[in-house]
Amino acid sequence: MSAEHPEAARAADPPAKRGLWAWINRRLPVDSFISHELTGYFAPKNFNFWYFFGSLAMLVLVMQIGTGIFLTMYYKPGAAFSSVQFIMREVPWGWLIRYMHSTGASFFFIVVYLHMFRGLLYGSYRQPRELLWVIGMLVYLALMAEAFMGYVLPWGNMSFWGAQVIINLFGTIPGIGPALTQWIRGDYGISGATLNRLFALHVAAVPIVLLLLVVLHLVALHQVGSNNPDGIEIRDRLGPDGKPLDGIPFHPYYTVKDIFGVGVFFILFALVVFFVPTFHGLFLEKANFTPHDPLSTPADIHPVWYFTPYYAILRAVPSKSLGALFLVLALVSLILVPWLDRSPVKSIRYKGWMSRVALAVFLVSFVGLGYLGMQPVEPIYVILARVCAIGYFAFFWLMPFYTRWERVKPVPDRVVYHAH
Amino acid sequence: MRTNRRGWASVLLAALLGVTMAGGARAAESGATFGAHWKDWQAQADVADLASLQRGARDFVAYCLGCHSLRYERWSRLGKDLKIPPAVLKQDLIPPGQNARDYILSPMTADAVKWFGKQPPDLSLIARYRGTNYLYRYLETFYVDSGRPTGVNNLVYPSVAMPDVLSSLEGLKVAVYRTVEVPGPNGTRIQRKVFAHFRQIAPGSMTRQQFNQFVHDTVNFLDYVSDPPRLERHRLGVWVVLFLMVFTTLAWLLYREYWKDVR
Repeated sequence: MSAEHPEAARAADPPAKRGLWAWINRRLPVDSFISHELTGYFAPKNFNFWYFFGSLAMLVLVMQIGTGIFLTMYYKPGAAFSSVQFIMREVPWGWLIRYMHSTGASFFFIVVYLHMFRGLLYGSYRQPRELLWVIGMLVYLALMAEAFMGYVLPWGNMSFWGAQVIINLFGTIPGIGPALTQWIRGDYGISGATLNRLFALHVAAVPIVLLLLVVLHLVALHQVGSNNPDGIEIRDRLGPDGKPLDGIPFHPYYTVKDIFGVGVFFILFALVVFFVPTFHGLFLEKANFTPHDPLSTPADIHPVWYFTPYYAILRAVPSKSLGALFLVLALVSLILVPWLDRSPVKSIRYKGWMSRVALAVFLVSFVGLGYLGMQPVEPIYVILARVCAIGYFAFFWLMPFYTRWERVKPVPDRVVYHAH
Repeated sequence: MRTNRRGWASVLLAALLGVTMAGGARAAESGATFGAHWKDWQAQADVADLASLQRGARDFVAYCLGCHSLRYERWSRLGKDLKIPPAVLKQDLIPPGQNARDYILSPMTADAVKWFGKQPPDLSLIARYRGTNYLYRYLETFYVDSGRPTGVNNLVYPSVAMPDVLSSLEGLKVAVYRTVEVPGPNGTRIQRKVFAHFRQIAPGSMTRQQFNQFVHDTVNFLDYVSDPPRLERHRLGVWVVLFLMVFTTLAWLLYREYWKDVR
């Protein structure tokens, strides 16, 4: 690109004006970025309810980083439990920042789970969006690591014992297991050294990775364009102006729609933050309101709700190392979905009854596992968890078969949209 | 009683009467039986009930602070939140030698481990950790048990190390058991003792109703201490949600306006 003639290089852009803005744009592509990624990025016009959660996930990420920075100003890993109480009681507005951060963690997963379910519903992982899906799954894994470490930081008794359980999972790896867990902990047991490094990873390392992955996720999205509830490629149907017939500019149409979504989101968020911040022990657990005590194991150790589906799978398998293996398989299966789905159509709207039943089984199994992961270990719960685990894996591993066998409905040429 | 706000002075007067005149009315008559459904007892904590919180603070200082600290709460915060005038706070609540800016710390030393077998826990967060119903049932279900070093036992927390510090108020009660038959191994029947009810064996200075109120106030106070900004949070939350509703309505109208163009 020639520095003397930036306009020639970007013929589609409006001619650069004189003055400061033009001066900046000759040196930094602000206008062309806006026109390329926002006003000139065409998104399908038939987005429905499920399409709010991508932008909401970004909003929560920004909120977590913002509130997290302020918490870091007062949090002390050396006096973790009491510094959290100091934030909650003595730092001006500390309780608000902390509750926003702790509630934000749970809302992050609510939003991300809905966002992922949208992908499964409308086949958003199918060609050419496989890499978009895989990067999204990496975001999810980084988020899980981030959430786990954040949960340890208040250093309550559940923080301690949760860290114990999760880090010991690495001990099930044959051969290197015990040495690996010691390396992760930085000590022979969970200790101050462990807490300090989890703090470092939580506030610096993992957020950087998360941000990078989210940027890659967006770059990949804009490269291939958004899918939609009909699973039709809008870029295949262009108008005489070369723009997609079923597309509308992201800005202003989807920015203004997403602002409405943000409003609804914040109403729900504020209701929790201000009125039920512990969410009856689901978002902040009772057992974590007592300082960590290596000599006193909580009566019933289980992770926070967003990890319980995997925890239930772990416990459903009789052998610990095999359980850990299935836990990993549960996540790997999700990553591999783009290559498991062999249906000629993308969206559930045009798939056959088998896909619908399979998705329903998956949904019930996942929610069921989430519930069972919170229950004490009793025979009936373990048996139910096994049934749900089979349902969970059947959805993925039978997908190559049922998606090919079933009869699909004809896909229309244009997206289905009813104007307001 | 729960809702009206009495002046602090009258509350304090009532307290002094109640605590010092230990020979007063006794409705917790010997022989009275109760408590069959103790597992259903509710604390009915209400942090908006300021008079109850004030009584609870007074009771905590009189009966709990000897052993238990509230190490995350300062006297000044307690005074401000519970609307106790600084002079009353200083004169009647803060122990001599401590300042309003100090945290609420018990004079109990490490000797407690020798005396009770363990250090009495800090109670700043006990209501969030255990829940208010647990605390209410715990304080209401001490009973005489000569088998224990303290002479008492507890239904909620069996073999608890804490002595029954409220017995002068409540009096003494014993647990009465009944025998039930449960199926045992190989078709046999096993006889098992289960708790039936309490029987009062010695009266305290309070009636049963007064004592229940006392425990309610104390638990209510502990509930406040576990989460001091709660009232402020609820007040503010109403306005935040109202603002967001207006904002969202405007955002919705804007969205409809823009999307008129989309065919």
